[in-house]
Amino acid sequence: MTNPTLPIMLALGLLGAFTLTQTAHAQIITVHQAADAPNASSPTSMPGMSPVMMDQSTWLHGIFNQLEGRYSPQATDFRWDGEMWFGSDYDRLWIRSEGTVANGRMDDGQHDILYSHAISTYWNLQGGTRLDLDSGPTRAWAAFGVQGLALYQFELSAMGYVGGNGGAATRIEGTYDFLLTNRLILQPNVELNAYTRADPSRGVGSGLSEIDTGLRLRYEHWRKLAPYVAVTYNTALGQARHFPDNREANRTALRFAFGLRSWF
Amino acid sequence: MKHSLKTPPTRRSFLASVGAATGLLGLSPRNIFAQTPPVQTGQIPTGTQSDWHLNVTRQSITIDGKTLNAPTVNSTVPGPVLRMKEGENISISVTNHLTEETSIHWHGLRVPAHMDGVPGLSFHGIAPGETFTYRFPLKQSGTYWYHSHSNMQEAQGLVGALIIDPATPDPLSCERDYVVVLGEWTDVSPAEIVSNLKMQDDYYNFRQRTTASLPAQSQHDGGAIPALKSRLMWSGMNMSATDISDVSGVIYTYTLNGIAPHTGWEGIFQAGERIRLRFINSATMTLFDVRIPGLEMMVVAADGNPVEPVPVDEFRIGVAETYDIIVQPHENRAYTLFAQSEDRTGYALGTLTPHTGIRAPIPAMDSRPVRTMADMGMDMDGMDMSDMASMPGMDMTTHHTPMPPHHHMAGMKMDKMDMSSMPGMDMKSMHHGHHMHMMPGMHMDGMGNMPMHSMDMGHMSMSSDSKMQNAKSDTPPPRLEIDDPGPPPINVENQNIAAHPIDRLNDPGDGLAQNGRRVLTYKHLRALTPAPDQRPASREIILHLTGNMQRYIWGFNGRKFSESGPIRLQRNERIRFTLINDTMMEHPIHLHGFWSELENGQGAFNPRKHTIISQPGSKLSFLMTADEPGLWAFHCHLLYHMDLGMFRTVSVA
Ligand SMILES: [Cu+2]
Repeated sequence: MTNPTLPIMLALGLLGAFTLTQTAHAQIITVHQAADAPNASSPTSMPGMSPVMMDQSTWLHGIFNQLEGRYSPQATDFRWDGEMWFGSDYDRLWIRSEGTVANGRMDDGQHDILYSHAISTYWNLQGGTRLDLDSGPTRAWAAFGVQGLALYQFELSAMGYVGGNGGAATRIEGTYDFLLTNRLILQPNVELNAYTRADPSRGVGSGLSEIDTGLRLRYEHWRKLAPYVAVTYNTALGQARHFPDNREANRTALRFAFGLRSWF
Repeated sequence: MKHSLKTPPTRRSFLASVGAATGLLGLSPRNIFAQTPPVQTGQIPTGTQSDWHLNVTRQSITIDGKTLNAPTVNSTVPGPVLRMKEGENISISVTNHLTEETSIHWHGLRVPAHMDGVPGLSFHGIAPGETFTYRFPLKQSGTYWYHSHSNMQEAQGLVGALIIDPATPDPLSCERDYVVVLGEWTDVSPAEIVSNLKMQDDYYNFRQRTTASLPAQSQHDGGAIPALKSRLMWSGMNMSATDISDVSGVIYTYTLNGIAPHTGWEGIFQAGERIRLRFINSATMTLFDVRIPGLEMMVVAADGNPVEPVPVDEFRIGVAETYDIIVQPHENRAYTLFAQSEDRTGYALGTLTPHTGIRAPIPAMDSRPVRTMADMGMDMDGMDMSDMASMPGMDMTTHHTPMPPHHHMAGMKMDKMDMSSMPGMDMKSMHHGHHMHMMPGMHMDGMGNMPMHSMDMGHMSMSSDSKMQNAKSDTPPPRLEIDDPGPPPINVENQNIAAHPIDRLNDPGDGLAQNGRRVLTYKHLRALTPAPDQRPASREIILHLTGNMQRYIWGFNGRKFSESGPIRLQRNERIRFTLINDTMMEHPIHLHGFWSELENGQGAFNPRKHTIISQPGSKLSFLMTADEPGLWAFHCHLLYHMDLGMFRTVSVA
């Protein structure tokens, strides 16, 4: 990495996540005096041998929510948005990656490496680092946020970032699954990016800078491999629209896409 | 109506049968359609035996076209039927030919702890190449079963029936006697199933409410607005009304004595004979609803213990439960044994027939259940305060033992209840500042559907450190210590609190009420002989059944096994366990090594079971006597619930 602030960002992000999760954990430990409450002096199994149970197992899963070609007369892009996690019920290493390849160039590459801790029934607190890594100048951020399921089964991710170009940023992403049938699923998706400071060399303006939204119709013949068709719309917003050489602004388009949603 | 199986096999069943030919069953299309007798599974050995040698090996087994290198006992799935005699000293040597550890647990048998067969609790397991000899005296009789308690071998077929003849001549002996082992079969590995559920909890549910199903639901719910409201309410809780079975017929073939429905197990009889069918649910994740169209079933035993005969048309059998039924067909025709999965994604099938090869019509599956507010423990309907005596568990006259308290009594308004008419309850003797917990003779279970928020009991609540005197009783009841954790926390491991859990012992179960048939309920079960220990409980342990479906975590009291301590009991202590189900699913709860005397209002004749279905949103209690020292398992018998945390150690010392 060329950016010397990266290790500091990473440390800050993790520290922040840790502080909050410890507080959240304390709330969970305020349990009642139940007959089965943990007690150091009472073994739940024979010495040195516990019943085989998977409740402390670790799991590895990854998903490409978007893996698609976006077509329009002006420009055809290839876009991916995926995440992968490894860990237990509470603690996971979470990696997110998204980006666009257009005309042989990689744009909009955002990669989050996060420590994720479950804090409530549906929410995980995440902290770590974000790297803007593509054909543009590299930026590193300390990352911090929440990810989970809002009521009414909305999937949400809200992240805050500091550092990158000396400013702060936020990314909010939401998706929803409408079941048309049990296998035909319509998924609207919105991603918003906002920045406190412009970074013209990356096509980023201050304020609400970029929106990426899509409506995907997938068919889950197999749960783990569902082809889809989509209408997508992405554009630069506000100040970012006015940078003369902003590829994002130039590529603004309502496009037709098709792709594969796939997970393991 | 007679109906021969003359239609040509479908491609699928043909392939499946070809596959089976290489497997254990030895079936081929030829021998099915040439009407040679199918495999003789379900047969009980003619004599009892007290010395057994069992070999656990991996074996390629194909059922319904799904091939598995399955852990087996003596190379068959299910394993051999073991028949023994009460009063004898049993010796069973189990040799492990696998490359991994194995174990066999004798489900429902009252054995010394070190013979119970749970690795890590009662013994060290059986290492590869090792032989372990189980030795115990048989102190009971009836229908039981055995299964592996190691890894998830049970899900791959390491199960079998165990029949114990009574020491005295069997009053229930019949001309025909068969075991009916219900199960499920898949070539998807248990580890993969769990992993899929971890990523997507509704992975195997293709019966969810969708846009396409809205018109049908609207018709059922009385309009689009109520249908949409119901959908909004469920998604507002991040739950699904169609959440019936975590794993479904999408991957499972439901089996009867190890045979897929298209082949079908056969039990031979002659008209007029009495047939005893010993149903065992050896499935890992499936509750079955069983009926034999055209025949009345007399339920004569539950979990091995004789009960007063109950005539029914249908019964639900939870995972790990057993029921013995007697039927007496007077016609010389075939009858279908029909066991549909609770979620109606498939069925196990067999035929009682006078001649091999004859089939009876297969009934259509019922419509699948849909969860309601009652399953969320929020049932506010159907409250009828005018007739408290008819409420399950409110029988004041027959109970002289302290009954379980209601859970959230604070703020209950009692003015609609006619307390004065309750025998054995003297309101004047209640003191201020007392807690409702200590009201002897009052079983509050049935009051779960009262509107708690409007109830005001402030002036009559009682504290736990002062005993209530029972006006009708000469001897004061013993002190009852209650371990009440209160409502579980809503946390990472728990999604819901049943605000108003209700008594569902007279409820046959979701999907079975009002189907026009007589369906067995737990309320019907009455033991033939009183339980040996008639002491009232001296301690009550309240356990909430909890889980987070979305993260696929299960547990008790908002904690999974690895974060819990043991439930410590004193030797010979008389204990009441009260189970409050805060989840929206059934959990067949199994206590190893002891009888669970289900408190269903039969007093001394409460039925003795080893596995009790806790219905969603319900509250029930059972008594047990801790008369056998050791570490014992206490868990939900849905395998993936157990493995993901719904498990406790009970320590008796
Ligand atoms: Cu369960």
